[in-house]
Amino acid sequence: MGILVAATVLVVAVFFYIADFLAVAPPVLAASTQNGASTLTLQTVPAYGHAPEPDWVTYLGLDSNGHWHHTTIYQLPAHTLVHVTLYQFDSASGLRNPFLAQVRGTAGGIASVDGKSFSVLNGDDASHTFTVPDLGLSVPLKGVPAGAKNPCSAAPCALSFDHTTIRFSFVTPGPGVYRWQCFVPCAAQFFYGFGGPMQTIGWMSGELKVV
Amino acid sequence: MSAVGAMTDGAGPDVRHGRRILIIWAVANVIFVPIVIWVLGPHIPPYDASQQSTDQHNVNVVLSALATPVLLMIWVYFGYSITVFRQRGPEVVDGPPIEGDPRIQVTWLAATTVIVIALAVYGTVGLLPSSAAGAGGGQGPNPLSKPPNAASALQVQVIGQQWLWTFRWPGYGGVQTPYLVLPVNRWIAFHVTSLDVSHSFWAYELGVKADAIPGNDNVAFVRPTQLRSFQIRCAELCGLWHGHMNTTGQIVSQSAFDTWIAQARVRYQGVTQQLPPYSHVYYPAPDQRAG
Repeated sequence: MGILVAATVLVVAVFFYIADFLAVAPPVLAASTQNGASTLTLQTVPAYGHAPEPDWVTYLGLDSNGHWHHTTIYQLPAHTLVHVTLYQFDSASGLRNPFLAQVRGTAGGIASVDGKSFSVLNGDDASHTFTVPDLGLSVPLKGVPAGAKNPCSAAPCALSFDHTTIRFSFVTPGPGVYRWQCFVPCAAQFFYGFGGPMQTIGWMSGELKVV
Repeated sequence: MSAVGAMTDGAGPDVRHGRRILIIWAVANVIFVPIVIWVLGPHIPPYDASQQSTDQHNVNVVLSALATPVLLMIWVYFGYSITVFRQRGPEVVDGPPIEGDPRIQVTWLAATTVIVIALAVYGTVGLLPSSAAGAGGGQGPNPLSKPPNAASALQVQVIGQQWLWTFRWPGYGGVQTPYLVLPVNRWIAFHVTSLDVSHSFWAYELGVKADAIPGNDNVAFVRPTQLRSFQIRCAELCGLWHGHMNTTGQIVSQSAFDTWIAQARVRYQGVTQQLPPYSHVYYPAPDQRAG
């Protein structure tokens, strides 16, 4: 009888663990749209600073009311020019595949960092990338220089902290769900930098829901 | 079969059940084997986008045709048994003891041995000749089976990483591309490797499947024969976005390929200068630093 009860408890616990894993998804953040163009504002921080994983690197998104949300699921209108502004508070880790230092799929094939246009970044200077493989879109994000005097340690980071500002634009395709991810192995404390936040939706990868 | 035929059952003691079953099985074979070969066969993948996929398609048709009599024997015996030997009436008694029949055992062993050895010979003959060049499978860094004039094959490095395929072209200045475009009717030598965990390069319609392993140069040959697109997938569970690690390749004419690769060299000229020298394997830094 005792074995039966223990087995039942174990099965129920496993069921709830799996259900919790599958049911909990990051919220959807809609980009603000005006005059036929959308604006998506994001930030990357070296450490979230809060439960459940205060040490994990992550992306955050800004809503139209100026509030930051911890999510990587972004909703965009189809066939629309999207202006992306990305505040980058993390330092450089370097690309595993230097090919991803190339800007691809943006308007004009370029992006800008702190107001200066570029089409290829030095791969060692990359802190993260914003890459949507199915759209051929990829932008390397330049890291904050090593030895920054005023680094941000917890999200959301105010612009008073050391950061770089990356801007680019792209045109969304037809409706669909397109995964995006960072291609820099940036998960500190994980083997090869590719565990934890790199393997969990809501941190360094997510989806573009084009509607 | 005579032992079965001598059993006493509802169908009478003199019925030669074994002979009946064999006749039914033979008739079913005459009907269904041609259907498998000529009706189902053309729809068995991976079709005919390359010489290797055509060979694989033919092998799959042959194996299906060979498996059909085995399947039919099971079904016929099963159907015959539940029809003829089922219990009629309320009385249930033990059947006669079944003893081994040397003829059946020898026949079974001989038949299965011949089938297995024949298939092994058939598979080896289809895999090793230079015309097959490994049948599209990864052969490791030192391939046993190479196509004629393997040195003149178009060298394409396939680089897997979580979760993206990129392709490097040592014969064209070491340029790297996010897309795979191949010329038709030309031998291709894929050099498959990985930058992080194990992946598997699976160009489905080309009949190519080769593991992408960090620090390993896995060579696979293919000769595309049709102008068409083909799917590329990862066939090794490799993490969160494994299911999204796919892209589409194109087989084009030689002139279209020349144009495409020339444009790629110009487009990616800047980043090509940043790439490490072409190598069969890479151990890129950073290995463990991050953040």
